[in-house]
Amino acid sequence: MTKDAFRGATGGRIDRSRPVTFTFNGRTYRGYQGDTLASALLANGVHLVGRSFKYHRPRGILSAGSEESNALIQLERGNRTEPNLRATQIEIHEGLAASSQNAWPSVETDVGSINNVLSKVFVAGFYYKTFMHPQSFWMKVYEPVIRRAAGLGKAPAEPDPDFYDKMHVHSDVLIVGSGPAGLMAALAAARTGARVILADEQNEFGGSLLGTREMIDGRPAADWVAAAVEELRAFPEVRLLPRTTVTGYYDHNYLILAERRTDHLPRGSAPKISRQRLWKVRAKQVVLATGSHERPLVFADNDRPGIMLAGAVRTYVNRFAALPGRRAVVLTNNDSAYAAALDMNDAGIEIAAIVDLRGHAGGPLAAEAKRRGFRVLTNTAITATHGSKRVTGVDVMMMNGPGEDVIGAPTRIDCDLVAMSGGWNPAVHLFSQSTGKLRYDDELSCFVPGVSVQAERSAGSCKGTFDLPACLAEGAATGAQAALAAGHGDGVAPAVPAATSVAPQPLRPLWIVPTTTPVGHGKAKHFVDFQNDVSAADVLLASREGYQSVEHLKRYTTTGMGTDQGKTSNVNALAILAKSLASPIPQVGTTTFRPPYTPTTYGVLAGRDVGELADAARVTPMHSWHVAHGAAFEDVGQWKRPWYFPKGDAQGTEDMHAAVRRECRAVRNGVGVLDASTLGKIDIQGPDAAQLLNRVYTNAFLKLDIGKCRYGVMCKEDGMVMDDGVTTRLGPNHFLMTTTTGNAAKVLEWLEDYIQTEWPDLRVFLTSVTEHWATASIAGPKAREVVAELAPDLDLSPEAFPYMSYREAVVAGVPARIFRISFTGELSYEINVPAQHGLHLWENIMRAGEKHGITPYGTETMHVLRAEKGYIIVGQETDATVTPQDLGMGWVVSKQKADFIGKRSYTRKDTARSDRKQLVGLLTDDPNEVLPEGTQLTAIADGHAPVPMLGHVTSSYFSDTLGRSIALALVSDGFNRMGQTIFAPLGGGKTVSCAVTKPVFYDPEGVRLHG
Amino acid sequence: MLLINCPWCGPRDETEFGYGGEAHRTRPADPSGTSDIEWAEFLFMRTNPKGAHRERWVHSHGCRRWFNVERHTVTNQITRVYPMGGQVGGTEIATPAAEQAIEAKEPKQGSRS
Ligand SMILES: [Zn+2]
Repeated sequence: MTKDAFRGATGGRIDRSRPVTFTFNGRTYRGYQGDTLASALLANGVHLVGRSFKYHRPRGILSAGSEESNALIQLERGNRTEPNLRATQIEIHEGLAASSQNAWPSVETDVGSINNVLSKVFVAGFYYKTFMHPQSFWMKVYEPVIRRAAGLGKAPAEPDPDFYDKMHVHSDVLIVGSGPAGLMAALAAARTGARVILADEQNEFGGSLLGTREMIDGRPAADWVAAAVEELRAFPEVRLLPRTTVTGYYDHNYLILAERRTDHLPRGSAPKISRQRLWKVRAKQVVLATGSHERPLVFADNDRPGIMLAGAVRTYVNRFAALPGRRAVVLTNNDSAYAAALDMNDAGIEIAAIVDLRGHAGGPLAAEAKRRGFRVLTNTAITATHGSKRVTGVDVMMMNGPGEDVIGAPTRIDCDLVAMSGGWNPAVHLFSQSTGKLRYDDELSCFVPGVSVQAERSAGSCKGTFDLPACLAEGAATGAQAALAAGHGDGVAPAVPAATSVAPQPLRPLWIVPTTTPVGHGKAKHFVDFQNDVSAADVLLASREGYQSVEHLKRYTTTGMGTDQGKTSNVNALAILAKSLASPIPQVGTTTFRPPYTPTTYGVLAGRDVGELADAARVTPMHSWHVAHGAAFEDVGQWKRPWYFPKGDAQGTEDMHAAVRRECRAVRNGVGVLDASTLGKIDIQGPDAAQLLNRVYTNAFLKLDIGKCRYGVMCKEDGMVMDDGVTTRLGPNHFLMTTTTGNAAKVLEWLEDYIQTEWPDLRVFLTSVTEHWATASIAGPKAREVVAELAPDLDLSPEAFPYMSYREAVVAGVPARIFRISFTGELSYEINVPAQHGLHLWENIMRAGEKHGITPYGTETMHVLRAEKGYIIVGQETDATVTPQDLGMGWVVSKQKADFIGKRSYTRKDTARSDRKQLVGLLTDDPNEVLPEGTQLTAIADGHAPVPMLGHVTSSYFSDTLGRSIALALVSDGFNRMGQTIFAPLGGGKTVSCAVTKPVFYDPEGVRLHG
Repeated sequence: MLLINCPWCGPRDETEFGYGGEAHRTRPADPSGTSDIEWAEFLFMRTNPKGAHRERWVHSHGCRRWFNVERHTVTNQITRVYPMGGQVGGTEIATPAAEQAIEAKEPKQGSRS
């Protein structure tokens, strides 16, 4: 184990009494409780943490926060491995195992770095230009190679052993970020008694104050933070959420927060706590105090390990007592890097030079730097960097007046650290997600929030307020106003603690730092997007090639499209594009930020809705019997329906084909029973119930007699079939409608729509009773014998209880509703009993039917039997473009009724065409050929593409009854093609010829049905 | 996710509701008396404004009632919620986003409009 040689002797917010050992790329290191992986690595002198995406250049840690673009980590192994984590956010703990993810075979010797030599190939748009042809090569060669070499991390291959939770809360004021502005806002809002949530992505509150050494009220800022948190904790209505990233800001102040509860602990050590929690917050008011991200400077070879953001270096030395180097060059265009240099110097880092792009370094910070004897070089650029796996030095040169070129000869300065600052970008991501538009502030050279769209306010540096006293004051005012808007307090800002203001000197927006050769010439690369390896030359090339909209630029160069969403790169890319177009930045625009703010686990989004709970399963009262008897199940919507009942013996278990043939034979020759409980059932009552049915069904219902059943088809206003089913009149004002299993809820909502909005005069009421009744359908020539035994008091003679009628009787000792209706073409009785008696009924049916060989059958057999009869299934034979007439069911469409839903549309020109796709039967010339459902049909056998399509196969089965295959199809002008031969090209040169027939294959006269 | 103020149940999450398209389209009293063009207008044609849009919603997982909403199609801000048959130009209560505090009103029976 190496010792952390780059750790200051004192200071920092680490707990030196709690050392932590961890591994990185297989080597063991020591850090302390309170370290991030990044700070612990830096304290061990490790800078090289990954390889870049395209060129596989060595990359080091850039930042100290969630904006990190380089240090992407694959954490842990096996079922807990997780890719794309940022080393700057990972809290280390004992035994943590981390590795670089973008290097193969290792980060030290990386095969892909050959790409750096071939970099001319990898210019902007390289995917489009290089990998376009041939297409098959893309799938087989390019993509796998790119994926492996690019190292996007590996998803775990095993199930996640952890669990996740969701919380649903309402709050008066949600505050995002706990820096000076956020904390002050939280105090102001909490003191009004408002329900406050304070969320921060870091492990402790304080935001930027954790990484600086500013004073508040004459004491270290950390003391003020501690006191503020203690005060907040005492409010019963305040909820503090550290380690919680607000990832999404949606409509009507709905935000989602991802809280990491155990990721800072050894994996698996807190098995009773959900690993992460998703908070779904509806906030009356939101305060965004999300801080700001420092911009890198775009200079020659600005990506070597050891080149870091100045503010990040400042955070590492102050917060973690980690020294990212011994001798630093600071490159800046603004004052904030001077503050960083002073803190670095205090921590023991030698400041070799401050290279200032500005012509003049004024102000108190620069004065202090000069007082300490730092070498301050103004109007100077870094023109080259040296070193490969770690920066070893830089070349500096004077610039000309406009900063577009350099003059004189380069001077080399040795260093092991470059701290750069290109100014600060307010973290406007959540504001942008809230659909607020950004405004470019010329004075600050950054985008700031424009006018709020939602009930939201920004405060602090995310609004472009960078001065500490101003941040505190803005936080106080914003918190008080937000609370007032949520109905609490008087809106007056509380007193603000004292802090020192540093009036900053103006920043010099120099978007490309010049070097000895123009950008894109020579070997040096000026990186803009470190994660996606996009350089200034790529941006300029894209602009020259015409990709001048920022959205085009983004997609063509891939800048800003990495897992960091361009937090450090977007503004630089935009500014370089604007410069190349000679347009002001606001005219070029900015991209829209979208959720999530940082990558979010699927686990936390899914919560407990995984495995069995991923979707609700609906089961019938007879389900346990089906399970006990080995049924294979089919999902129909959320319902679990028996698909078929395979029989097993010592020789093995039947396959579906054999089971279905056996079940079909039983129904056609003996008796079978189907669990039909899932059919939608709507109880319709009221004086106008018949009137409603008459308007929504295509056929007549007004004169349906009590005790009679009628099949009906419902269409939408456009005349297309929506659902079908049998409706029975139970009493003068009482009907029971059945719908298809999948459409039950939709039909109910649709009927309610008409009752409530078009025909509010109708006195009629609907109730879903689908789950109130259990239904067993007994079908087959011996059905009557079985029912007779179960219902001895019921006269089952065809005269007393004919087809399409209804009786009430006691069945198996239970009051039941019996419908003599059929979906198989056989004599059939559907017996309904209250759901709690469903299993009892089923068991009694099986007992009574035993001597007749009663056979339970599932949905597959039902489908085959109904297809033999040409009965349609809505959603299989129909697809919202099919009229009843297209189905050959003109008989179900009333000619007498003045109006019903759909009627007017049958005379529309398109609906009235005679050559529409129509339902026909198909018999393949080869009786053993079963066409795949969905097969396209053509008029010619061997045409060359494109061949006009006539239609497609909607249902296709092997019919045991007929000893051959049968199919139903929708075929253009099908009614006029009876007896013709059409073709089903199956691909691979195989074409099946089939005869067009009527769609009824079995018992067309319905003799068996009425028997 | 929208916060929709059901006139009968109060503010609820969007996931409890179903969407019913543009409001104030009335089914012709005598469809057979309409021309093909008039019928096609009713069947297929919808306004698609950038701005205030009056539309129908149903509280599917609540009271099962249909009602009207006026929503800004760019900001998704809901500016009115009113029962079926409510007058468009009447005094429906404005409901700024996230501060909806509409009082339930007695529903008026009426047509889809
Ligand atoms: Zn409701």
